[in-house]
Formats: sequence, structure tokens, C-alpha cells
Amino acid sequence: MKGNNMRTRRARCLLALLAALVVVAAGCGNDDDADVREAQEVSLQLQWVPQSQFAGYFAARDLGFYEDVGLNVTIIDGGLDIVPATVLDSGGADFAISWVPRGLVPREEGLNITNIAQVFQRSGTLQVSFADAGIDGPADLEGKLVGNWGFGNEFELFAGLNSVGLDPQSDVTLVQQDFNMTALINGDIDAAQAMTYNEYAQVLETVNPDTGELFQPEDLSVIDWNEVGTAMLQDAIWADADRLEDDPEYRDMAVRFVEASLRGWIHCRDNFQECVDIVLAASPPFGGPSHQAWMMNEVNALIWPSPGGVGVMEQALYDQTIDVATSQGILQAAPDAGAFRTDIAEQAVANLRAAGHDVSGNGFTRIQVEVAEGGN
Amino acid sequence: MRIARQTATFVLFLALLAGLYTGYKAFGQAIDDRQHGWAVVGSVLPRTDDLNMPPISEIFGQFWETPGGQDRIYIRILLDEAVFTLREAFAGFLVGSAIGMAIALALAQWRRLEQGLLPYVIASQTIPLIAIAPIIVIWGRKNFDFFPWEWQDWMSVSVIATYLTFFPVAVNGLRGLQSPRPENRELMESYAANWGQTLWRLRLPASLPYLFAALKIAATASIVGAIVGEISAGVEGGLGRRILREAFNYTTGPDRLFASVLGAAVLGIFVFLAVTGVERLVVGRWGRGAAA
Repeated sequence: MKGNNMRTRRARCLLALLAALVVVAAGCGNDDDADVREAQEVSLQLQWVPQSQFAGYFAARDLGFYEDVGLNVTIIDGGLDIVPATVLDSGGADFAISWVPRGLVPREEGLNITNIAQVFQRSGTLQVSFADAGIDGPADLEGKLVGNWGFGNEFELFAGLNSVGLDPQSDVTLVQQDFNMTALINGDIDAAQAMTYNEYAQVLETVNPDTGELFQPEDLSVIDWNEVGTAMLQDAIWADADRLEDDPEYRDMAVRFVEASLRGWIHCRDNFQECVDIVLAASPPFGGPSHQAWMMNEVNALIWPSPGGVGVMEQALYDQTIDVATSQGILQAAPDAGAFRTDIAEQAVANLRAAGHDVSGNGFTRIQVEVAEGGN
Repeated sequence: MRIARQTATFVLFLALLAGLYTGYKAFGQAIDDRQHGWAVVGSVLPRTDDLNMPPISEIFGQFWETPGGQDRIYIRILLDEAVFTLREAFAGFLVGSAIGMAIALALAQWRRLEQGLLPYVIASQTIPLIAIAPIIVIWGRKNFDFFPWEWQDWMSVSVIATYLTFFPVAVNGLRGLQSPRPENRELMESYAANWGQTLWRLRLPASLPYLFAALKIAATASIVGAIVGEISAGVEGGLGRRILREAFNYTTGPDRLFASVLGAAVLGIFVFLAVTGVERLVVGRWGRGAAA
């Protein structure tokens, strides 16, 4: 009798557990009410987490520029392990933001993707050292402890060293650097890799233990690969080349997507603070408000001026990128003509120009951004 | 009484650790380790300035501060992130434990299967998480649309947590199910007990100590899996994302990285204690039930 009781109790327990599981599973479902408007669903894979580096896309999303061209865009965060080109090729996203070399290498390995809009017209990578170390050009790096992030971020540095006759493997000591500037400030390395819009600002947001004040730009010495001539192109919009060939609707979507995205970047050039606020509102970014403001300013400077029209590939810079990539063995050979196309960006730019937008920003100048301790 | 004593020991131990940390830091500062004044301090052991070893007071003080651009104090932010991670981890823990138990039952039933399959179960754990994370995320977006609910990225993180949790449950569960001594099994046979009865009356109760040991490992592993998964997969939110963010901003806010790692540790301890609590309830009940 007692055993029977036990059994029913256990059975009930099991049932309750099962019911709980079902409830949990049901709760997992996202009751996304079907969108009644006829906007096309589009997804964009970022190369990294939300920050001003991607402000144009967030602005286009939040200000309704995508909606205006009939798109409903979902922006997908990048992660440490996420390669946008792979996500794009596997169909995990309709478009992707990727640096040019990081798109071309997997392309050489067989992914059929293509660069449809070259948003950043210059490289944001620097090699930063303290001014008193006397490192003013790549030649001064000889015999020094040179930090770099690896994972494909080191090629401009290597090409820069080669350009003054130095061998990266023997004439300098390469040090794997974290994605922050602690090693430089610690004195563990002589020169650190930094993006103009990110890590460089991190130093300026740090208190100099010797003075008790924030580090000043005068305290730092910078090697700019754009000036050395080994810069490689960075953020570009990539699309699935097969789909562009086979699917006229996708190509049409690509034109509208690029158009609205570039409109977002134009807006961020002309409405600096609004875009910073949009970025800050889009899932809290890694750096605080002053850091995002700094980044917005520097990213604008990587895009503008765009004499040939924003998003349109400039052949000379592309050729330089390919030269560095092939001379460094990143690419086995120069990619074929399908690696990038300008027709989509040109069409988008023509539409924007017709709508009265300034698509080249020839009068662009940086504004002065005040950094705050910790980027806050 | 026992809990009070355990808590006291725990707090004492923490205080000791904090004392060691602070003492080492003070020592390093006193000998000026930046000048390499001592062979080990500041070279083999970490350097002791505030950038490398923020003072304990600042790490804990960080909990009550509001980071720039935020409207919540830091401990509240961590709590929200922890809830996010806990959801991923819990889903992974439930599914992983169920799979692990199913594997254990199957292996216990068919010895041949044990010899054939167990090596693969073990081999599965030699694949680094960061290698499978992007695959799972891409699968999730692209191929997991047969589920009745919309697949979201955090569920991919749960799958990663599942991957870490099923293993200890499978291995320990198997040992537990095989743990009854032959005479006990023979007794069941003499009662003409069928497979289900033997399982319910003998094998499962006997496996409980093993199982709960495994569930404790699985619970903490599910948190680790969720955190690693968040970092690899680029999910919006969670402690892993928070730790990545603070590592990125380490130069300007080292104390926040320490604080967020402490948060992850507390979450791990929390789930461990939660399983221990369930163990007390279940083992007590079932023990009596099986004896009756």
C-alpha cells in the first residue's frame, strides 16, 4: 500500500517536472508578432561588438533609413570567434562588415563573397610608443619589443618593417599583445599596436602615474601606416557573390542596403553627437561616452573625405592592399576581378547624390573631442 | 550550526586571501618592483602597482559605483548579466544532464556499447570549446529552424554549455549505476525484479551520490560553458560578454575586470550550492523511500 503511494507520488513528481520543462521550453519561444509591413528582412554581421566603428549602420537602423528603402535590418554582433566572411558565406547573414584582407583570405580559400562598398578609405592602425623611446618611424623599431595582436592584424606592421629593410622575425622582438594598452603602459613592450579610434584613446584616458594627470598626445609617438605606405583597407560591406549573380532581388536589396548604410554614415558625419548617442543606446558598447565620441570622430576621419564618393573603392588603395597582402604571403596571388565591385556602391551614391546628399565630404574636418578618464 | 561554522570558515578564508593579496602588494610597492628590485616579485609574480593589482578596496568599491553612461550601479549590472548567463547555463545544464543520464543508462545496460561508445564520449571533451562555438552559432542561425520556437543566439550558448555538462553526468552516472554490489543485484534477481524495478529500487538510488557529485561538476561547468560561449559567439549580454568588455578596457579600469571575474566566481558557487541543496532534499527523501 505504502509502496503504491510512493509510486504515485513519484509519478506526480515526474509529471510536474515534465510540465515545468514544457513551460520553460515554451517560454523560450519568442512571440515575435508578424510584421504587417512589407519590409524585407535583412541581417548584417558586424566584425565586432557595437561601437562607433559601426555607427553608420546603427544610425541607418534607428533613424529609419533602412525602413525608407523597404528594409528591416537586424544587426548581429561579432564575437571573438566570429569570422564575418564565414558567417556571410554560410548564409548566417545577408551582408557582413569585414576588413578587406580578412575578407580576401577566406575568399582565396573558396568562399564566394565580394566587397560591394569600401566604407573606410584609410587604415586606422597605428604603432604607438612613448615619445621618449624615440620611435618615430618603422626603422626605429629595430631591436625593440614590438607588440601586435596577431590574427591578421600584424601585416601592415610587417610590411612597414620590410619597407625599411627590417625582417619582422629577426630584427625586432615580436610580442603578442592583448587587445588593450596595458603592456605599453607597463613598459613590457616598446611599441604597441593601436587603432586610432580605440586603443590610442585608451592611453589618453589613462592617468600617467608620474604626473597624476591623463597621458597627453605629446607623451606619445605614432607610426601611421597610411603615411608609411603599407596601410591596408579596413571596414567594407561584403555580400554573397553567388546570390548577386543568381538573384536579381538580392542585388536590388544590396543597392538599397548600401544606399541606406552610406546615408547613415553621411548623417554621422553631419550629426556627430546624435550618432554617438545612438551607439551608446545600442546595447552598451565596450567604451563609455567620451570613448565612443572619440571613436566617432576618428572613424569619420577614416571615411571622409571620400573624393570618389563614399563607399566606392579607390583603385590605388586597393592595389596597395593587395601588394602588401601578396608580398607578406597573406594571399598566394592577387585576387581576381570578382573580389570587389563598384557598381552597387556607385548606384547607391548616385541615388544619394540625386537626393541632395553630400557624398564626398570634401570639407570634412575632425572636431576636438575631450577625453575623460576611463572613457566615461 | 554546521552551516554557520562553514560560513565562518569560508569568510575567514576569503579574508586570508585578501590579506595575502594586500600584503604581497604592499611588499612589492615597498621594494619598488618596477625597478626590478627583487628577483621574483614583479617578474615571475605579478607586478604590484594599481594597474596590475588594483587594491581590494577599489575592486569591492567598484560594485557600488555607476560606470559612465550607465544608470545602474555595477553590482546591479553584474546581477543582470548573471541572470542572463544563468538562463543559458540552466538550459544547458538541464539538457546536458538528461543526455548524460540517458548515455549512462544505455552504457550500463549494454556492456558492448560501453566499450564501443565510451572512448568517443571521452574524446568529445578533448575538442576545445572555442573550436566548436562558431560552428554551433552558425548552425543555430541557419539550421535549427525546425524547433517550434525561434532560435536565438543565446540558445547556441546553451548548446555549448550542454556539451560541457553531459560528460561528467554520463561518466559518473555510469559508475553509479554499476555501483551496487553483486549480492544486492542477486537479491533483486531472487525477487524476480524486472529491469525497471531493479533500476528504480536499486541502481538509481545507489547512483545518487555519484550522480550528485557529477551534477555539481556539471552545474559549474555549465556556467563555464556559458561564459566561454558568450565570449566566442558574440551574444548580447551575459557575464562572458561583460568579462570580455572589461578585459578590453583593462587599461583604464582594471578593478572592473577583477570585479566581473568575482561575479562569475560567485555565480559558480551559487549553482554549486543550489545543487547541494537539491541533493540534501532528494537523497534524504529517496533514501527513505528506497528503504521502505
